[in-house]
Amino acid sequence: MAQFVADRLQEGFPDAVQRILDERGDLTVWVSRDRVHELLAFCKHDDGLRFDFCMDVTAVDYLSLGGDPRFAVVYHLYSLTTGKRVRIKVGVPEEDPVVATATDVWKAADWFEREVYDMFGIRFEGHPNMKRILCHHDFQGHALRKDYPADLRWRLVRPDDLVNEISPEEMERIRAGAERALSD
Amino acid sequence: MVFKDAVITPEEMPRTTPVPEQHGQPHPTGTAPAAHVGAHPVVPRAGRVSIERFAGEELDELTEDPLAEELLVINIGPSHPAMHGTFRIKCWLDGETIVKAIPEIGYLHRCFEKMSETHRWQEIFPYTDRLNYMSPFLNNVGFALAVEKLMGIEIPPRAQRIRVILGELSRVMDHFVCIGTNLVDLGALTNFWYFFRGREEIYSLLEHVSGARMMVAYGRVGGLMRDVHDTFDEEVRGLLETLPRYIDDVDRLITKNRIFVDRTRGVHAISKEEAVDWGWTGPCLRAAGVPYDVRRAHPYYDYDQFDWQVPVGTTGDVYDRYLVRMEEIRQSLKIVEQALGDLPDGPVNVDDWGIAPPPKAAVYNTIEGMVAHFKLTFEGIQVPAGEVYSYTEGGNGELGFYLVSDGGGRPYRVHCRAPCFAIYQNIGPTLEGCMVSDVVAIMGSLNVIAGELDR
Amino acid sequence: MGLKDDLVHPGGEPGGWPVEETPKSVFTTRLEKMVNWARAGSLWPLPFGTACCAIEFMSVVSAHYDLARFGAEVVRFSPRQSDMMIVAGTVVDKQAPILKLIYEQMCEPKWVISMGVCASSGGFYRAYHVMQGIDELVPVDIYIAGCPPTPEGLIYGIIKLQEKIQRGEPSRFQEIRAERRAAEAERHELVGA
Repeated sequence: MAQFVADRLQEGFPDAVQRILDERGDLTVWVSRDRVHELLAFCKHDDGLRFDFCMDVTAVDYLSLGGDPRFAVVYHLYSLTTGKRVRIKVGVPEEDPVVATATDVWKAADWFEREVYDMFGIRFEGHPNMKRILCHHDFQGHALRKDYPADLRWRLVRPDDLVNEISPEEMERIRAGAERALSD
Repeated sequence: MVFKDAVITPEEMPRTTPVPEQHGQPHPTGTAPAAHVGAHPVVPRAGRVSIERFAGEELDELTEDPLAEELLVINIGPSHPAMHGTFRIKCWLDGETIVKAIPEIGYLHRCFEKMSETHRWQEIFPYTDRLNYMSPFLNNVGFALAVEKLMGIEIPPRAQRIRVILGELSRVMDHFVCIGTNLVDLGALTNFWYFFRGREEIYSLLEHVSGARMMVAYGRVGGLMRDVHDTFDEEVRGLLETLPRYIDDVDRLITKNRIFVDRTRGVHAISKEEAVDWGWTGPCLRAAGVPYDVRRAHPYYDYDQFDWQVPVGTTGDVYDRYLVRMEEIRQSLKIVEQALGDLPDGPVNVDDWGIAPPPKAAVYNTIEGMVAHFKLTFEGIQVPAGEVYSYTEGGNGELGFYLVSDGGGRPYRVHCRAPCFAIYQNIGPTLEGCMVSDVVAIMGSLNVIAGELDR
Repeated sequence: MGLKDDLVHPGGEPGGWPVEETPKSVFTTRLEKMVNWARAGSLWPLPFGTACCAIEFMSVVSAHYDLARFGAEVVRFSPRQSDMMIVAGTVVDKQAPILKLIYEQMCEPKWVISMGVCASSGGFYRAYHVMQGIDELVPVDIYIAGCPPTPEGLIYGIIKLQEKIQRGEPSRFQEIRAERRAAEAERHELVGA
């Protein structure tokens, strides 16, 4: 089964797939950053693969292991219909930590990507709300990076008022909707 | 011009940038500053604030018909009477209807993943207890399974069986609290007492087994902390007799109760495709009609040998989630009964002193035992390099652990895939159009546990 | 105390004043003691529950352990209506301003119980987002250790608080306020007001 997935990805994206590993029962596919969005969409929509579940999006900082590129964004995908799983890894360099978002492929990637940004500083291009999610908004630095000390705290004085998550167009829509509701 | 004094103008609106002299100053832990009595933060007051004021328009235009364009802003949480945990939903209300809702989490971000990197493998178990603190042992099992998968070891059958029994009882505990608190928020307090009585009985058993009521830390890499006591069998059978009574009591009170049904039927219904797209797992997904249960789809520890069913709902609304959880409690008790029926004898830990600690007699009387004990305590279990994603059925859904090891005694990276995290993320869009009183019903039914959500 | 006897048999002759029985049904005390007894016996908790300790708190107010026996029957989630805040669970830096706000909305006299090691000292989370004890922010009267403390431990802590109130000791809030006022007065003197 894992071989089928590996083959399918290889024939679909021969230039994007960098490395394939199959150990301890997990299939890991290293993909290059520029084609990752296409590949993820392919994973979801292809009839043979049908990875409809985005289980997890996370990242690893390979600084202590001397990894190059420094970060790897890791997607865990699951197919409800076939029961297959795959791990897609994308190398992200430190100087340009940007990856295309997967929220238009699976809505589930939304908060997972925000968490990766919060913890590692990797931005997801095209994400509707690229903002910290776990640490407070006055937190500086990215906590799960290997060069961030474990007990360095930042003080929070005022809670976030969350207004910056609403765009002006959305505010207009809400106001118009409220007026309509009241006039009924 | 009465309004001008009573409301906050856009200039006064507290922004998210902090006070300059405190901004940028790292706060070293260990040095406690003096308490700020009197210097309290200014938070946006719950009051009549118009969206237009954010955009900076003049107030005078609104005095003609102010009601038409004002929305009430309230915060549901992070400190709120609904006993779910610390998260916040900022709602813009039009009367009782929510026009916009923005969730905010992170109010219990306890840095589990960073703590895992600084501790040894076996020292992480207490941290895993506190992830989904309603069913701590299930998290222990999830993490232990992940490390065992990474190491490629298989635990003895007795340990597997005991993990199943205590895991299912923990799941029962989790559902008890979920349904109990859900009902409290809807006004049905009695059921909460009934379910907590049941929970106390499970606590007694867990205390007898591991020493702690809740945070058992009973699972270990390679097996369990220690073997169960002699009267384990009788106590579990006693539980199997008394717990169904509590469930039946609540069932009789609630399942056909007009008030409950009216408040929960049709509320927050979700389709199968939506639920899957948002990454939902667990009872919430099963209530929507998708029969995905990790224990059935990818069985571990002989779950495929037991005779039990996966309850599946139809519409995914709050009522279905309640029914699915009630039935899951019954199915869990069925599994416990079967697992207890043929509990094999034998050790509860693998026979490798590099993984499971040697018995005390060996530690004090043999050199190998002492050295093994010393190495385990100071260096930790040496897990070979590699990475693994292992998944079990937690109380709320697929609890996944993604581990990366560099070959040492401490993990390189531990990521917990929390089921609540995926379930809670669509609360913003889906609350639009609901009433405020529906929010408490929805929050209770989603069973969002802040420990797991924020890790 | 024989109060029931006094009610059934008023004592003395019929038509006479029950002179001998008076000491049994009337007692004298100081007003502070009366007030402290009333305060201690009717603490209304505000459960500021964040994490696992909140579940143990729920166990304590439940039928088996029953905090109502100690007078703390009425659990009020509104700070305006409660006088004892039980901070149960880890308070992280994001939650800190909320804790402060809720604490300041409580009316005096008010006491704070820090339940569990996370609230007392950060617990075993020496981390980048966890407050190392709520006493960085609010004055705490009773610290209850345990992770989570057993229900007996929480009840013991509440009893200790009741004893503290009964003894007439100032709450930590009052102590800190008195210290600050004294420091302020000193500063005024130095400046030469």
